[in-house]
Amino acid sequence: MAKISEKKVQMPEQPPEERIKNFKEVPLGYTPEMAMEEAKRCLQCKPRKGKEFPPCVEGCPVNVPIPQFILAIREGRFDDAIRIIKEKNSLPAITGRVCPYENQCEGSCTLGKRQGYEPVGIGRLERFAADYERAKGFTIPPKPQPNGKKVAIIGSGPAGLTAAADLAKKGYDVTVFEALHEAGGVLVYGIPEFRLPKDIVRAEVEYVKSLGVKIQTNVIVGKTITVDELLREFDAVFVSTGAGLPNFMKIPGENLNGIYSANEFLTRLNLMRAYEFPKYDTPIKVGKRVAVIGGGNVAMDCARWARRLGKEVYIVYRRTEAEMPARKEEIERAKEEGVNFMLLTAPVRYIGDEKGWVKQMECIKFELGEPDESGRRKPVPVKGSEFLMDVDTVVVAIGQSPNPLVPQTTPKLKTTKWGTIEVDDELRTSVERVWAGGDIIRGDSTVILAMGDGRKAALSIDKYLSGTDRTWKFGVKG
Amino acid sequence: MYRIVKKVDLAPTIKRFEIEAPLIARKGKPGQFVMIRIDEKGERIPLTLVDASPEKGTITIAALEAGKTTKKLNSMKEGDYLADVAGPLGRPAEIAKYGRVACVGGGVGIACIYPEVRAFKQAGNYVVSILGARTKEMLILKNEIAEFSDEIYVATDDGSEGFHGFVHLLLKKLIDEGKRFDLVVAVGPVPMMKAVAETTKPYKIKTIVSLNPIMIDGTGMCGCCRVEVGGETKFACVDGPEFDAHLVDFDLLMARNRRFIEEERLALEEYNKVCGCKR
Ligand SMILES: Cc1cc2nc3c(=O)[nH]c(=O)nc-3n(C[C@H](O)[C@H](O)[C@H](O)COP(=O)(O)OP(=O)(O)OC[C@H]3O[C@@H](n4cnc5c(N)ncnc54)[C@H](O)[C@@H]3O)c2cc1C
Ligand SMILES: Cc1cc2nc3c(=O)[nH]c(=O)nc-3n(C[C@H](O)[C@H](O)[C@H](O)COP(=O)(O)OP(=O)(O)OC[C@H]3O[C@@H](n4cnc5c(N)ncnc54)[C@H](O)[C@@H]3O)c2cc1C
Ligand code: SF4
Ligand code: SF4
Ligand code: FES
Repeated sequence: MAKISEKKVQMPEQPPEERIKNFKEVPLGYTPEMAMEEAKRCLQCKPRKGKEFPPCVEGCPVNVPIPQFILAIREGRFDDAIRIIKEKNSLPAITGRVCPYENQCEGSCTLGKRQGYEPVGIGRLERFAADYERAKGFTIPPKPQPNGKKVAIIGSGPAGLTAAADLAKKGYDVTVFEALHEAGGVLVYGIPEFRLPKDIVRAEVEYVKSLGVKIQTNVIVGKTITVDELLREFDAVFVSTGAGLPNFMKIPGENLNGIYSANEFLTRLNLMRAYEFPKYDTPIKVGKRVAVIGGGNVAMDCARWARRLGKEVYIVYRRTEAEMPARKEEIERAKEEGVNFMLLTAPVRYIGDEKGWVKQMECIKFELGEPDESGRRKPVPVKGSEFLMDVDTVVVAIGQSPNPLVPQTTPKLKTTKWGTIEVDDELRTSVERVWAGGDIIRGDSTVILAMGDGRKAALSIDKYLSGTDRTWKFGVKG
Repeated sequence: MYRIVKKVDLAPTIKRFEIEAPLIARKGKPGQFVMIRIDEKGERIPLTLVDASPEKGTITIAALEAGKTTKKLNSMKEGDYLADVAGPLGRPAEIAKYGRVACVGGGVGIACIYPEVRAFKQAGNYVVSILGARTKEMLILKNEIAEFSDEIYVATDDGSEGFHGFVHLLLKKLIDEGKRFDLVVAVGPVPMMKAVAETTKPYKIKTIVSLNPIMIDGTGMCGCCRVEVGGETKFACVDGPEFDAHLVDFDLLMARNRRFIEEERLALEEYNKVCGCKR
């Protein structure tokens, strides 16, 4: 066997100086030759003793059969590759782009453990197989015999879309209810075009529709219709409403003009396409110096958007880079694009001008103290370290909370003290015939875990609706 | 797609539309609103539910031309379609028997207060409606509102009909003449609602206003509609839009509503070029 190269086959990408002048995707994807070359680096590992799967598969939250699909790519059997991936992952074009694979499949890859070696580029290969399939046109499976049962799905993010597709393939009559005017959840309103082109999300949504799933946009469950009403018309309800409630710091001056929540900033740009104003009607106003508060993926997305609008951008984060929850790759990209990092720093108040626009922000410095419950070292403010910083736009990206609307209007639905819906290990809730999954049960989480929940809920719903045992076992194991 | 079944000119720049939206029609209550988007490239704007008919499956809205979107909306015809209508959003007005209720409407706010006038009357209140407009021409829905009012008064800025002056001054005059109110509800432009709040405060009359901050989703997801009430930040789309007038920071609301003023002007200029309807 030829010597394995230490590095992944490089994926062509737009250079930083060019990409900050457009809104297009940064990495451009593998050609078939590059993919087959990269696939050769895989060692085709077997499960380690006592384990069910090879290490990479153990690292993937939904256990995609990685060695098998990589082998198929290596042998040029791309159709097989995508079929194998889709046994476990219904949204590979999306996860292949946004999964935190460095901590998951690639983080566990045997090759990557060797001194000086990069892991196999599993994410890139997954993306390649999915893009190959989309370019060719999805094959729509033959329509199953309708089984006469109806399922309602609330929310069209990755959890909802996955559950919808899986149930439709089993013959259920599925309707997805979405509050916004476009389906896709965070994939359309949150994650930017340059990281996840909206055409890809639209193609996935079209595929789900081609399976016979009905998507009703502009329906706000809890307002337009309630869960109790849905239960009268549908045999089962799956709640996948996500974590869309923006958090603020509740510090003085936070309602000044020029201060956005990350959700407002991203929704204007992504969903409403404010970057094409006035061709599109929704405006956005961004000054010259932008501070983005926070250190997660959402903060990086906002900072990188602001760079593309030609602004001077600062990430302001109260811990250090090591504690940042954002993906390494996104932090690197942000740096390449010229985003400045102000670490161990947080705002304490905002100062406005006479017209009510933010002009300065008072910050305080932090140092790292003892580890907290999460194991991360806790930032403690340094007395007397306050300083003023000139800013004219601030984006608050300090996390989102679960959407409260469905629990508020469904009194019997049990929630935790964080506002997430309580479920058992089959994603059943405290209300009979209602399941829940994705960010609404996890808080901020990931696309792949939401996808996995959609799949798991679909299985449980099918078991319940097709089975003879119709007793509701919320809270009972198994 | 949501079909416009009926369009009525209420005033030169105010049109009323009846729109097919059966799900919303079943649920809409006075005080609530809908988010609409005219077409693919459009923005989402909030408009108050003026009426909802579960039987016909239609809702009624009324829009005053303020900028591009409302101007474009008002140029639409019966049989045309809106791309999106979502709702009903916001908390319904707290309709109950208070006793003597003054319903104060200013400009297009008269259309917004109409369902509340009716609901307060039907709940057994003695309803005094006080309507304000710039001129007689812009005074809308007087007869419809009179039908559900025990008393009705009109103020115009130019004195072309009724009291000559702002509507809050008329309200003050009525109070000073000895009219007693247990509740005042005011809907209209922010400066008018602010003036009404300042008018009733010394008399300690409970006063409710319907705030109109800029919104995007209207479902609590973006925080664009933040207002301060009693020193606390609220999202008007889910916590409101109706709030205790004496606790609202109106100056903040006015400043926030000017956030996109230059962009709005640009959008309108571009639109006027295309539609050729300079004004
Ligand atoms: C800016 C940003 C960047 C991110 N980057 C990454 C990343 O790189 N990698 C990664 O793995 N994850 C990332 N995430 C997290 C990931 O997007 C989420 O974990 C995932 O989308 C959750 O999926 P979901 O289906 O549970 O909910 P969502 O995607 O939130 O979808 C919920 C849907 O339900 C709708 N809804 C809500 N309430 C109602 C109601 N009452 N009635 C009807 N519809 C309703 C919403 O409008 C929405 O469309 C990011 C998140 C954000 C915000
Ligand atoms: C709960 C609520 C109910 C409302 N009900 C009515 C109604 O029944 N009839 C009516 O005519 N108007 C109503 N409005 C106001 C209406 O939404 C705005 O006039 C409209 O959005 C202006 O859009 P435009 O493009 O025509 O004007 P623009 O030129 O965009 O703006 C003119 C002014 O309208 C406000 N505005 C702009 N964009 C928005 C937005 N997305 N959301 C809210 N306000 C905005 C700003 O203060 C701005 O300066 C309501 C507003 C709210 C919040
Ligand atoms: S779904 Fe994510 S973790 Fe699983 S194999 Fe694909 S990229 Fe890796
Ligand atoms: S662990 Fe790495 S090398 Fe081994 S099978 Fe998985 S991808 Fe291939
Ligand atoms: S309009 Fe977005 S939260 Fe109110």
